[in-house]
Order: sequence, then C-alpha cells, then structure tokens
Amino acid sequence: MNEFDGILTAVVFLPLAGAILLLVFARTDRWVRLTALGVALADFALAALVFLRYEVDSNDRFQLLDRFEWISTEVFTAQYQLGVDGLSAPLVLLTGLLGLCAVLASWSIKMRVKEYFVWLLVLQTAVMGVFVSLDFLLFFLFWELELIPMYFLISIWGSGRKEYSAMKFLVFTFLGSAFMLVSILALFLADGGAQLDMIGWAESGADLALTVIPISVVFWFFFVAFAVKLPLLPVHTWLPDAHTDAPTAVSMMLAGVLLKMGGYGLLRITVGMFPDMTIDYALILTVLAVVTILYAAVVTLRQTDLKRLIAYSSVSHMGLVVLGIGAVGMAAGTYSNLGLTGAAMQLFTHGTITGLLFLCVGVLYERTHTRYIPDLGGLAQRMPFLAVAFVIAGLASLGLPGLSGFVSEILVFLGAFKAFPWLTAFGAFGIVIAAGYILWMLQRALFGPTRERFAHVTPSNWVERIPMALLIISIVVVGVYPSLLTDVFNAGLASLPAMTGG
Amino acid sequence: MISEGAVWAIFFLPVVALAVNALVVSPFFNHRPGIAAVVIVATLGAALALSVWTLVSVIDNGTHFFGEYTWLTFIGMEIRFGLMVDSLTAIMLVVVTAVSLMVQVYSHGYMKGDPGYVRYFAYMSLFSAAMIGLVIAENIIQLFVMWELVGLGSYLLIGFWTHRPSAAAAAKKAFLVTRIGDFGFLLAILYLFFNRAAFMEQGLDPLSIADIQAAAPLVTSGAMAALGGLGLTWVALGIFAGAAGKSAQFPLHVWLPDAMEGPTPVSALIHAATMVAAGVFLVARFFPVFEASTEAMAVVALVGAFTALFAASMGLVMKDIKRVLAYSTISQLGYMMAALGIGAYGAAIFHLFTHAFFKALLFLGAGSVNHATGTFDMRYMGGLRKIMPWTYGLMMVGSLSLVGIFPFAGFWSKDEILGYAWKGGSLVDTAVFWLLAVSVAMTAFYTFRMMYMTFHGQFRGGVEAEEKEQDIPAEESHGGKVHLAESPWVMVAPMAVLGVGAVVGGYFVNPQAWLFGIPVHWFSEFVVPPVVEHGKVLPLNSVLAAVTTIVALGFIGLATAMYVKGKRAGPGVERAVEPVRRTVEGKYYFDELYEDKLVSKGFYGKFGGFLEWFDQQVVDSIVDAAGWISRNLGWAFGRLQSGQAQFYGVGITTGIVAILVAYLVWG
Repeated sequence: MNEFDGILTAVVFLPLAGAILLLVFARTDRWVRLTALGVALADFALAALVFLRYEVDSNDRFQLLDRFEWISTEVFTAQYQLGVDGLSAPLVLLTGLLGLCAVLASWSIKMRVKEYFVWLLVLQTAVMGVFVSLDFLLFFLFWELELIPMYFLISIWGSGRKEYSAMKFLVFTFLGSAFMLVSILALFLADGGAQLDMIGWAESGADLALTVIPISVVFWFFFVAFAVKLPLLPVHTWLPDAHTDAPTAVSMMLAGVLLKMGGYGLLRITVGMFPDMTIDYALILTVLAVVTILYAAVVTLRQTDLKRLIAYSSVSHMGLVVLGIGAVGMAAGTYSNLGLTGAAMQLFTHGTITGLLFLCVGVLYERTHTRYIPDLGGLAQRMPFLAVAFVIAGLASLGLPGLSGFVSEILVFLGAFKAFPWLTAFGAFGIVIAAGYILWMLQRALFGPTRERFAHVTPSNWVERIPMALLIISIVVVGVYPSLLTDVFNAGLASLPAMTGG
Repeated sequence: MISEGAVWAIFFLPVVALAVNALVVSPFFNHRPGIAAVVIVATLGAALALSVWTLVSVIDNGTHFFGEYTWLTFIGMEIRFGLMVDSLTAIMLVVVTAVSLMVQVYSHGYMKGDPGYVRYFAYMSLFSAAMIGLVIAENIIQLFVMWELVGLGSYLLIGFWTHRPSAAAAAKKAFLVTRIGDFGFLLAILYLFFNRAAFMEQGLDPLSIADIQAAAPLVTSGAMAALGGLGLTWVALGIFAGAAGKSAQFPLHVWLPDAMEGPTPVSALIHAATMVAAGVFLVARFFPVFEASTEAMAVVALVGAFTALFAASMGLVMKDIKRVLAYSTISQLGYMMAALGIGAYGAAIFHLFTHAFFKALLFLGAGSVNHATGTFDMRYMGGLRKIMPWTYGLMMVGSLSLVGIFPFAGFWSKDEILGYAWKGGSLVDTAVFWLLAVSVAMTAFYTFRMMYMTFHGQFRGGVEAEEKEQDIPAEESHGGKVHLAESPWVMVAPMAVLGVGAVVGGYFVNPQAWLFGIPVHWFSEFVVPPVVEHGKVLPLNSVLAAVTTIVALGFIGLATAMYVKGKRAGPGVERAVEPVRRTVEGKYYFDELYEDKLVSKGFYGKFGGFLEWFDQQVVDSIVDAAGWISRNLGWAFGRLQSGQAQFYGVGITTGIVAILVAYLVWG
C-alpha cells in the first residue's frame, strides 16, 4: 500500500523547511524577507502544480498519494497519508496563493522580523497539512499545530488587546478540538471500522459504525469543532477580536484559509462521512446558517472599525457555507450537489475576497494609523490604486456578478432553495444587507473630500500592489469563468456517499 | 443573415473599449485623454452599425438563437450562456448603441478638462457593454449578471465625482434601492429553478429565457401543474420587483432623482434613455409569464399608472432642472409599465423607443444649459433663449415630444397607450386611463414651466448668484462658472441628431397610414414577438388624441400664464394649497420615511443596536465568563508546571494524546 508521489509532502513541508532555514542561516532582515518570499513563491508554484496535476476525470478519488505506515503496533496503525481530491486541490491552491500574498503583505514588518516569518511559514505548513491529510491522527496534529504560530503572531505582532484576543482564539479553538478529539477516538474505537484511515471512512461512511458513544454525538462533536473554526453562531465572538488585533498578513491568513479549515472539515468529515446524519439534521444546520447570515450581517452594519467590520462580514459569509451544506436536506440527488459545490466555492472565493479586503485595510492603516471609519474619508484621491482594489474587493464581497463571490452565492442559493425555500429566501436577504454595509464602508472610508490630516498619505507601493493584483486576478478569473473551479469541486463532491445515495 | 460573431461583437466592442481605456490609456496616455473618447466612439460606432445590421437581419429572418457556452457545471445540469436576438433585442440594441454613441460624442465636449476624463469613458464603456449584454442574454442567470453590471455602471457613474459626499451617497442609494428589487428578481430565479423537474418533463430548461416564455402557456393549459395556481404570479411579481427597482417605480422610485449627482451625460444615458428602460425591457422579456397571471398584470398596470401620476406631481414643483427631468423620467417609465400591464406590449416598447430619444435630448440640453450657467437651479437661469438658440430650439423639440404634441414622436407613442387603455373596458384599464390622462396635463405643465424658467424672462445670475444666496459648502460645489454662450458644436451636434429622432421617431417608424413603403404600424407589429398573445395594434383613436392634445395645450397655456405673464392665483388660493405644495416639494417625505425612520432609526438604530448589544453583552459575556473560569483553572495548572499560563490548553491536549498513544502502544 505504500505509495509516494512526493509533491504533497513537498507542498506541506517546504514552508517548514524554509522556516528552519531562516532560523539557522538568515542574518539580516533583508535576507529573511527574501528567503521567505522565495519559499512562499516555490510553495505557491507547487500548490499550483498540485491543482493542475489533479485529474478531474480520473477514477481514482484521491490522487497524488503519499502514504506509508507511520506508527504500527498490534492495536494501532497510523498512516502517514497525504492525498488530494477535488475538494482539497483548490484549497491547496488557495493556501499557496494567500501564503504568497501574506509574505508580501508582511514586507513592512520591522519588529523581530526573523521570528515573524518563521511563524508565518510554520502556519502555512499547518494549514496545508490539514487540507491534504487523510489520516485522522495526522489531520489532528496539523489542526493543532496551526494554533501555536497563530498565538504568537497575534500576541506579539498584533495591536490593541492582542494578548486577550490571542488567548480567546486559542481557548475557543481548543474547546472545539477537544470535542473533535473525542469523536476521533470514538471512531477509532468503533467496531470493524476504518480506525484512523480517513479514506476508509470516506468510502464506507461512518453513519452506521458502532462506537462507544452514540453516533449522533460523534457527528455533533465534529460539528462543534468545525463550527467554532468557521465560525457559526453562537461561537463566533473570538473572530472579530482576533481579526482586529492581528497584523494584516495574519488577518489575511486567518480569514483566507484558517476559517476554511472549518468549512473543509464540515464537507470532508460531517458531510463526507456522516451523509445520513447530515441529511437528518439538515434543517437544524440551515436554521443555524440563516441566523448566522442575517445576525452577523446586521451586526456588521454597526461596526466602526474597518477590520471588525470585515471580520463580522466574514461570519455572515461563512454562514453561506453551512446553508449550502444544509441543502443536502432534500435527500440524495443532484440538487444537493449544487449546494455543496456552492459551499466549497464559497470557501475559495471568500478566501481570496476577504484576503484582499484585509490587505487593503492593512495598506490603508499603514498610512493613516487609524481604522476608525468616521475618521477616514477622501482617500480615493490620495491612493487611487488602493481605492480600485478596495472597491473591487467590496463589490466581490457583496456578490456582484462577474466577480467570484456571486458564483458561490448563486450556487448556494439555487441548491438551498430547493431544500428549504422559505429559509433560503430569508438568508438571501443577506445580500441586500451586505450591499448596505460594504457600500457604506467604501463611501465613508474612500470617498468624500480629502481630509487635511491625510495630506501626507502616499499611494500604495509595488510590494503592496503585487498581492492586490494577484488576488484581483483570481477574483475576476473565477467570476468570469467559474468552470475552472466548479469542475474540480464537482469531481470531489460527486463521490461523497451523500451524492451517490449512500 | 447576421452571424453569431457579429452579434457577440456588439457586446465585445465596448468591452474592448473598457479594457483599452482602463489598462492602456489610463496608465500610459493620461496626458492625451482624447484617445479615450476616440476609442469609445469608434467602438460604439461599429457596434451601432452591427446593431442596425442585426435589426435588418431580424426583420428578414425572425428571431435568432446562437450557440450556447457552458459557464458552470454541476452534476446533471449546466448553466449555459448564449444569444437570443428577437425583435425586442434588435430594437433595444439600436436604441442603446445609438443613444450611447451620441452621449459619448457630447461627453467629449462636456467632460473636457475633467481630471477623471479617461476613467469616465472607461465606466461608460462598462455600462454600454453591460446594457448590450443584458438585451442579448439567452439565459436568465446571464441576464441577471448583466443586470447587476448595469447597476454597477450606474453606481460608478453616479458617484463619479467621488470627492463630493452627495455623489457618493447617491451612488450608494441607487445601488441599494435597486438591489432590494433585485432580491425579488433573484427569488423569482430561484423559484423557477425550484420547479426544474416540471420544466424537464416538458423538455425545457428552467433557466433559458426562451423556455420560460414557452412554459407560460403550458402552465395556463395545465400541462405544467407544478407552476399552476399562484406559481407564475410569484415568478412575475419577483421579476417585476427587479424591474420596479431599476425603472424607479413606486415605492422604489427614491433613488433616481438623487442619481442626478452624476455628470449630466450620465443622466442622459443611464437615467433617462437606457438603463432605467431595462426594467421595462425585463417585463417585456418575460411578458408571456405576466400574461398568464391576471393578478400580476393588474399589479404592473396599477403600479405603473400610479407612478406616472405620482412622479409627475413632484415634477411640478422641483427647482432643479435635472430633477424635473428625473421625475419626468419616472413618470414616463410609469406609462410604459402601465402599458405593459394592460397588455399594450407594442405601445409600451414604442414609447420606450421614442422616450429614449427625446429624454436623452432633454438631458443633454440641461447639460448644455449648465455648461453656460454653471448651475442646475432654474431659479438662477432665465433668458437663455437668445444666448443659446440651438439649445433652446432643440430642447423645445424634446419638450413638445415629451408633452405629446402632434406631430412629434411622443405624440404617437403616448396616444397609442392611452387609446389602448380607453379601449379596454376593465376596471384596471379605466383606472389606468384616468391616472395617465391626468399625468398628461401635469406633464404639459411641468415641461413648459421648466422651459420658461430656463429660457424666458431675464437671466438671474447663474451659479454666481446661487452660491451667494444658497451658501453651498465648498465640497458640494460643481465648480461651474458662468460663461453665457452657446455650447460647442461637439455638444450641439449630438443633440441635433437626437432631435431628429424626437421628430421622426414617431410617425416614420410606426405610421398610421401608408408611408413611403413603410407598412402601417410597422414598429408595433414588428416588435411584438409571436409568443405574446396580447399587444395587438390598435388604430389611432383620433378623437382621443385630439382631446388629450387640447388638455395638454391648455396646461401649457397655464404654465405660460404663470411663468411668462407672471400671473398668480389670489393669496387665498396660495394659502390653501400651501400644505399640499410643501408635501409635494418634500417628495411626500419618502426619503425621510425610508432613510431616516426605517433604515437609520429603525433597522440600523433599534434592531442593529439591539443585536450589537446582544452580541457584546450577552454572547460574548458568557464566553468571557467561561474563559475566566478556564483561565483560573489554567493558572492552577500553570503553577504546577512552568508558570506559562497561556499554554495550559496545549499542555492538556498534548497530555491526553500522549497518554492515549502510550495506552495503545503498551496497553
């Protein structure tokens, strides 16, 4: 059963290797930055290669496998098992892209530069690892590994109440992880199951496994872990704090890929391994999703800090992921796939869009030293490129067609409406509120007369423009021709047991 | 017969103009901004030529459908984009490209020296492309995409002068209000897709426009029971919500007058001639669905007719020339909607066609006046007749057409609608007729009030007097200057072309009797597609036409008496109408109701405030309390270990995993 393609191992551990390299060799800040950039570029190239090498039409569900036995005893075997399917391949690409953008967005970091980039690269390894691990032990290790760099990045390089926010992030995620650990143990101890092998569980479905605790508890414990990460109401309050106090690049990674771990977990594990359970509880999931979408949207409207505003909008938009998942409620069939495709698309599109939004805020904050919206205004004339990028990101976020956000929204709505028309209709009203908070934010931050105090503000520089341009390109390309991604996601989602009537 | 590539080219030509202006001219040739105008005029000129060719081809061959391209796939289903070119599309293409071309030529003069000159033409290209894409769309999602992009174009162009707070606010308002309507449109799409199985049984695609049109009669005949009952009514009302937003129908009319914050050519193009017509187009596009539902038709008819009257009443008292025209536009769109609602498909589109020319002309005229006086406030105009004879003459042509005086274009189209309402005997028809008839009188009055205040009497100082008296804050200043002179030919010539349209666009395309080989009622007959049951053409009701003309002339006379001769009603009457006047001038307080009461105080203040409080004080407090407990626990553990309290959690999990692994390995 041993296979070794190598590319996934490389894409996961290259950033870690880079981090070690930095620790050992890098002397000056300049070299630290350039090395980190080189590593991020190489990892992005590898991630793109993974995405391109994934074959949509292949009969093999999981591809590019790296696997061998890692821990082997009489009662216990853990595989080192990495692989991608149509669900994870685009997320690997997303992580590579945002990792690169995050390094560029960190160019202006002045304090403890080496340490900072080391943690940033470690973070990338952890997230990549989560997306490609196909063994529960490995998955859980990567899931937990991500906490350490995040904790340091927020508490050292953050602003405001950074220690409080970092702690809050840690406690919340930890609480979720504890639930997940119980579920993993329960699956491991199940009679005749696949133990820690995620491929095995994905193929057989865990719904009927006989475990030490009721299977519905296993399902809900997994769900809680992912709901915290996503986040879903009422366990979302760590997110605005963490986002607001994190440095720019870390906010980008947090919103861009870390939240996606929650969505990925929901799709890979709750939907993928507990299809019947998901269908049974679809109504509850949908209600939670709709409440999250609307509640967070209204709270977003009230925010006066740019980062907090975007953070709350993320909560609202992540509700769409769960709305799409709830669409499996109409029992197995073709429509349910539609909602899931939308949910998966939302992971990708929200990653790029929110990454760009946070990047724009960071670039702006660098110059204005305030994120308090009533103090801003008139910046479009001082920073034209930033204004264009910010407006594009905002429009994508409110679901303007032609940009990527619309594609995932329409797919989620088409899928979910079939299952729960009234609830979906309510949820869809979120797009009206979204237009409200986004346009109001843009109006207050960018437009109006130039203010005296911003007379010294300089336009964005090239190091800032490159990641903005990269993200804009991805938003436009996916928005204009979404088949590039939907075909891949479909290939991954079509083989879920829920979709094949399992 | 026209080829597929040629039709796509109509769409892609302005897209190319957008790309060239945004990516080449703006960054590299900003010192030669004229290139931007040349690019867009050339591409739109070519697009106009192709549109005319398309029209000829549709006249000869009927509706064209062209290849479909997969945009999105999901299991068992694809969303495909293609082209549907029927008579309605062909007419719309010509209107959009022709009016847009004239407006671009005019803009070259009007926007001269503006620092955002290239950006302006980039936005204009985007807008033109989206509008063209809207009318050629074959798939309802494709149509929705273009629909929203048209909204984007208007957002960018209304807020073009980003440094002016009122412009930014108006842009946001336009986008938001139309989006409320689009929400209804989206639900209609979702509902259609919801009934996908019923469509599939009939071999139809729920997202294809032609198939939706084909499905409506099947539902009526009972072959598609899933959509029976109120099903089609819901679809129709959802679509109408979208249309009402974009066409500024009551109660979503509030954004259009504010949209006048954009540059004046923008108002001419998108807030008079084409974009707001998109709503009318949308209802026409899905007309078979509306026809299948009496309720939906009645709603469209009554909302349209009420809007026509309601908006006209506000036009009577506005002081800003562009606002008079804006309310006039809302009112005229109400005519078109009402016409559709009573089944007068041909008349509605005919009115859309004539209105596009005369209203674009009037707006360009208002821009020309602004060019000379620096203001839009009619109280500071006056006496321009002698100074700007061309503008005056051309605006007079537009005005007569708007009022509907024989033989100008508006006369023919307006009377066709009124005749249809008169002929139909139902309660709805009668209500529509009287509402529209009263609006005719109001239209006559406000139009000539505008003409007299602007062009007659003595000049009252323009922007200089306005700024002195009104105390306008610096950031809101238009930066205009008074230089009393006729506008340059680059602005007058496009107005003249539109003026020709406002004269011949009526009788010559839709003659009442044989005319040089143009068949009788050619336009109305041509534009009504075979899938539409109603919309048959009626001969002109000459008695009715005569009566409405006399009424209109009477109210022109009243305006003359009041604004030229300076006659005023007695003080008793003035005092009696004072509260009415104030209500109308306050736009019936809809802005206050929506923005202040409902949104600011209600939704944002009360509801939003409560949720924010709840989030901070309830949800987060529980979390903090839980956090406090665990922190203290962690502290206790931390004391036992190394004092690193932050890592209590990591420690615990590591411990659990370690114990577990140990148990499994050795246990």
